[in-house]
Amino acid sequence: MAVVKIKVQGVSKIFPQPKGSFEAVKDFSLQVNEGEFLCLVGPSGCGKSTILRMLAGLITPSQGVISIQEGGSGDPLQNIVFQEYAIFPWKTVAQNVGFGLAMRGVPRTRRQAVVTEWLRKVGLLKFAEAYPHQLSGGMKQRVSIARAFANNPEILLMDEPLGALDAQIRAILQEELIRIWEEQRKTVVYITHSIEEAVFLGDRVILMTAHPGTYKTEFPIPFSRPRKAPLMSHPDFGRLTYAIWQELRVEVERTMEQQKWL
Amino acid sequence: MALEGRKLSRETKDRLLALGFPLGLLFLWEGLVRMDALDARFFPAPSTVLQALWILIVKGELLGKFWRLPALITAGNWSEGLRTISEGHLWISLFRIFSGFLLGAVPGIVLGVIMGMNRTVRIAIDPVVSAVYVLPKIAILPLVMLIFGIGELSKVVIVAIASFFLILINTMAGVRDIEPIFFEAAKNYGAGRRQMFWQVIIPGALPIIFAGLRLSLGTALIVIIAAEFVAAKHGLGFLIWYSWQTLLTENMFAGLLVIMILGAAFTRGLQTIEHWVMPWRREPAPSLIEKGEPGGKRN
Repeated sequence: MAVVKIKVQGVSKIFPQPKGSFEAVKDFSLQVNEGEFLCLVGPSGCGKSTILRMLAGLITPSQGVISIQEGGSGDPLQNIVFQEYAIFPWKTVAQNVGFGLAMRGVPRTRRQAVVTEWLRKVGLLKFAEAYPHQLSGGMKQRVSIARAFANNPEILLMDEPLGALDAQIRAILQEELIRIWEEQRKTVVYITHSIEEAVFLGDRVILMTAHPGTYKTEFPIPFSRPRKAPLMSHPDFGRLTYAIWQELRVEVERTMEQQKWL
Repeated sequence: MALEGRKLSRETKDRLLALGFPLGLLFLWEGLVRMDALDARFFPAPSTVLQALWILIVKGELLGKFWRLPALITAGNWSEGLRTISEGHLWISLFRIFSGFLLGAVPGIVLGVIMGMNRTVRIAIDPVVSAVYVLPKIAILPLVMLIFGIGELSKVVIVAIASFFLILINTMAGVRDIEPIFFEAAKNYGAGRRQMFWQVIIPGALPIIFAGLRLSLGTALIVIIAAEFVAAKHGLGFLIWYSWQTLLTENMFAGLLVIMILGAAFTRGLQTIEHWVMPWRREPAPSLIEKGEPGGKRN
């Protein structure tokens, strides 16, 4: 029996607004096992990012309970890989990757060793002293991913980390990401728009409803690991993504209806 | 090859044009004065202005009797040396500008960061700042002199006040302009208050803080010249005003020339500091850009 790492019970989030209030998340529950790669898919504006920020403790739920099983290893509990390029433009690639370590007071020599290791893993070793504005979008997001992994948190929270990239770069980074994760096997909550991405990366895909976001249904992903790109051409992969799309489509259409009235 | 040659000659042409046109204007001016088409009493020829500048220097009016310095220093007579230098109009104006600038910039940055970060403080102080900001600072010179006397202090204070508000407003804008995602990221990766300040707020706001420094240095120059017009016996402003009153127009033009050089030097100096303090704002090295990987915004 797998150990439950994250437990979310009946969580709602209401944001006060000038006119009334906005319910971003409604009665949402979820369990994530230790070492599981969980993907959260839903139409835009369904509160996925709000859930992630609540898991990170950046905002507090209006209702319900979030409990996270701490490993007690002294490592940080969780880190986020952000949607946009949230790496610091005023820090070099190496300083960005080592940011979490520096904040925790990890000594310089140890920090450099970890940073170098991760720069090598994401193929940015020769860009260590470059600044983010000198990098392409794909390279920036590699820095963002390396920053999270280098800090060695128990849980990785990923908020559409590849969302802003074009389809080709995205495909490459998906493969890199899954290769790195399969080495590390950390608990991951991964938010994405893309069903293909969710099925390719995840152990389980959870679908959310249109606004206000709540749990709709979930799909276990049966494909064995390690996963490689050819998986995407497998008939079962197509059948599964289509089945998920059939469910998601209803919610996307509802979202479009809602937006008409806004 | 032929194309490259043409491109190079075009660059040379541009440079010749940029240098040649102003130079041509100066020659035209010189010529018109010599032909008596332009009244030399109002518009002394450039050569006369340069000559006047030279005389101001050798008489020790502009830079003080700086040739006496080595002897005074070896004799250990520092106070006399300082007095000698402070007789130069340029040095005394520079002293007023920089001490006032510093006196305004430091509290301006500190309060600007506080107002940028803290909503309560901002809402309380913002109306006061906005009200005083629109006031032309030279207008309060009489008040400043009433409080700080007619000596050196009042000139320093008026420059400090002028710099303070510009830097305060820019620093506040710079801090508020930082993307919230950087605060979230820093917090998520364990940054404390002090780390947040030095790792996120200061570098994040620095580009706009520098814009404020640039503006306020320009304003400091305006304010000190104006103050010296009316309330000083030394300084570049006094030199221009006094030269006008005594109809020594070539000295007046020499003073204007010195101020132009000063303004250009300030701009250049700040650019150098900016370049050095914000290495991430330097132009990207083209070799570092990965070709054929578009997507995403560039900072």
